[in-house]
Amino acid sequence: MTGFWQTLTGLGDKLAAHILLASAAIALGIIVALPLAIWASRSQNVARAALGFASLVQTIPALALLALFFPILLSLRAVFGDGLPTLGFLPALLALSLYALLPILRNAVTAQTNLDPGVLEAADGVGMSFSQRLRLVEAPLSAPYIMAGIRTAAVWTIGAATLSTTIGQPSLGDPIFAGLQTQNWVLVLAGCVASAGLALVADALLGLIEKGFATRRRSFWAGGMVAVLLGVSAALLAQFGGRDDEDTIVIGAKGFSEQYILARLIGHRLEAAGYAVEYREGLGSAIAHNAVASGAIDVLVDYTGTIWTNQMARKDNPGRNAMYEAIVRWEEETAGTRVLGRLGFENAYGLAVESEWAQDRGVADISDLASCAPNMVIGGDPEFFERPEWIAVRDAYGLRFAATRNFSPTFMYNALRSGEADVIGAYTSDGRIAADNLTILDDPRGAFPSYDAIILLSPEAGQDPQLLATLEPLIGAIDVEEMRRANLSVDREENKLGFDEAARRLAARIGF
Amino acid sequence: MTHSAGPVLEFRDVRKNYGALDAVADVSLAIATGEFVALVGASGSGKSTLLKTVNRLVEPSAGTVLFEGLDVATSPLPALRRRVGYVFQSIGLFPHMSVSENIAIVPRLAGEPLSSDRVGELLELVELEAEMRSRMPDELSGGQRQRVGVARALAGEPHLLLMDEPFGALDPLTRNALGERVRRLHKRFDLTTIMVTHDMAEALLLADRVLVMDGGRIVADETPQALLEGAGGRIAQGMVAVPRAQAEKLARMSR
Repeated sequence: MTGFWQTLTGLGDKLAAHILLASAAIALGIIVALPLAIWASRSQNVARAALGFASLVQTIPALALLALFFPILLSLRAVFGDGLPTLGFLPALLALSLYALLPILRNAVTAQTNLDPGVLEAADGVGMSFSQRLRLVEAPLSAPYIMAGIRTAAVWTIGAATLSTTIGQPSLGDPIFAGLQTQNWVLVLAGCVASAGLALVADALLGLIEKGFATRRRSFWAGGMVAVLLGVSAALLAQFGGRDDEDTIVIGAKGFSEQYILARLIGHRLEAAGYAVEYREGLGSAIAHNAVASGAIDVLVDYTGTIWTNQMARKDNPGRNAMYEAIVRWEEETAGTRVLGRLGFENAYGLAVESEWAQDRGVADISDLASCAPNMVIGGDPEFFERPEWIAVRDAYGLRFAATRNFSPTFMYNALRSGEADVIGAYTSDGRIAADNLTILDDPRGAFPSYDAIILLSPEAGQDPQLLATLEPLIGAIDVEEMRRANLSVDREENKLGFDEAARRLAARIGF
Repeated sequence: MTHSAGPVLEFRDVRKNYGALDAVADVSLAIATGEFVALVGASGSGKSTLLKTVNRLVEPSAGTVLFEGLDVATSPLPALRRRVGYVFQSIGLFPHMSVSENIAIVPRLAGEPLSSDRVGELLELVELEAEMRSRMPDELSGGQRQRVGVARALAGEPHLLLMDEPFGALDPLTRNALGERVRRLHKRFDLTTIMVTHDMAEALLLADRVLVMDGGRIVADETPQALLEGAGGRIAQGMVAVPRAQAEKLARMSR
């Protein structure tokens, strides 16, 4: 339990970022929804169109809505220039504001249509102008209903904001995603408790304002507003108080343990060299790569096979070294991204089965698997079955499985053990392959490309000689055994390490 | 009828149609300063619509309305409405404002806040206790609410008072008392008053002049005395017959 409280109280930064993101999104939602509601109250067509659009947005899963803003903002760079951020705060803000729109808009429109027509006629009859009627009669009478909408929006937004972790915006989703990855339930629980607690507090304060409006008690609504403002100001202070963001190096990590550990390993080295460091963790694979190219993050560990098949859309397999050389050139030419070098290990995709099962059935490689496949369930991470590598392997060996199932990388191994999947798309550097007594099936046709771990630097970071010098020693320094051991130390069920500690132990073992 | 003549209000060929339906059909009419006019008719006869053309809560389809010699269509709207006191059928008190805030709204809109003394005076005029001023509308009875409605209409010191079924929702006792009260205020402030009602008895008892509307037209324009003596035509007499029969029956019963 002490671990839980320690983790919870260590979430101050994430909480502050979460509060700022959610309150900015709700504020933007209000700014858009209220004039729209006034317009809608004067025109049936506007009301229908606005409510229809807001309802449509609501049907898009929040996670997808957040992800969609990356390509949208990327294409908008044609208009606004390359300074437009495509990851982090801006896309999260826009997506969450759209999400907050519906409850505010719907309540505001309903409040307007439910106003007593006799009272509105009286407002005209005593000589109020349009704006006087709005300010003196319609606004105060609608306020409690609008506040109820804002309350709903606040609770939704605070919950959905946890998903903004996936597009590189720090939030209370960070511990949830990191914890889910490593089955560190303390971390997940701390993130959930903090997020839910924040939602409850916001709901109570906004409820106080609503009650103050409804019963016309100034002390209620003014008190609620002051408390909300104080909370947001405290978050602002915590976030920006006395910190210089100029020289901060942003290190990206995709959503699996190895990425978290390597990000910390790089981060610790940079900190020791005097850099300020920030992490953007839990990013999707494609988003992470584009983020380096666009400069939204400065450093990322990526994998040659991933870039080869996903970014370069290549289907051939020229061999490990030729592929690496081609990628270095391609990165340099297309985005000016710099490949610093290979870390020394591969984290390839491979099909893993339980070793005992493989021996019983005499299955040694993927071509042996093809005949058993129709009776088997294959599990993969959420990206796996969409990736060109999987399609290439499937077609090369003519694999037809009874079913495919998606699991988060962590649960994939549990699924194999519990029989919910018979074969999984595993990662070769994963510590659980040895620990769970799994076998990676050979790939005699070379359908999976090689996956050398490489350090990618954004165009700007690639020009910094001190940074290059600081990271240079990592090249060729990590072999697959060390990586597996480090991965297992955070993935195992007993006595698991935090990412920082795992990174420190890895650094010590490889001689830093 | 000692008031100075000259129309304070004049309707010239005023028509209001909703599609093919004429709610008001070519009404021409002059109302002199100081008159207390009752506009009587069945539901849908167009009486409320005609009344609302005066302060442009309804814009006429054709024709002009002149108030104190000026075409209301060219008068700035808020200013016009502040000069015309209006008592609403639905009472229409602002539920989020106290009694005194409701009463003071018209002067407030004109940028001349009403003094506390003046609020007290207006409350007294409509026979409400001074301590009512801080009450909210939902703490009042229906009769008290419409008294506040009348005080609100008078607060801007209008020359013209329009009342749309002002006592329709009140119980008979309150109705009678408030009617009498309004009649006295009319006299005291030299108002010109137009009251829309469907109750001929109320019209006969309060007004100097009774206009009967039917199908958007004015079908009778008589004094109460003349109506009781049989003038005004078939429709007007049909309306007068009801209270007359009731009065005669009551008179026989008390004999």
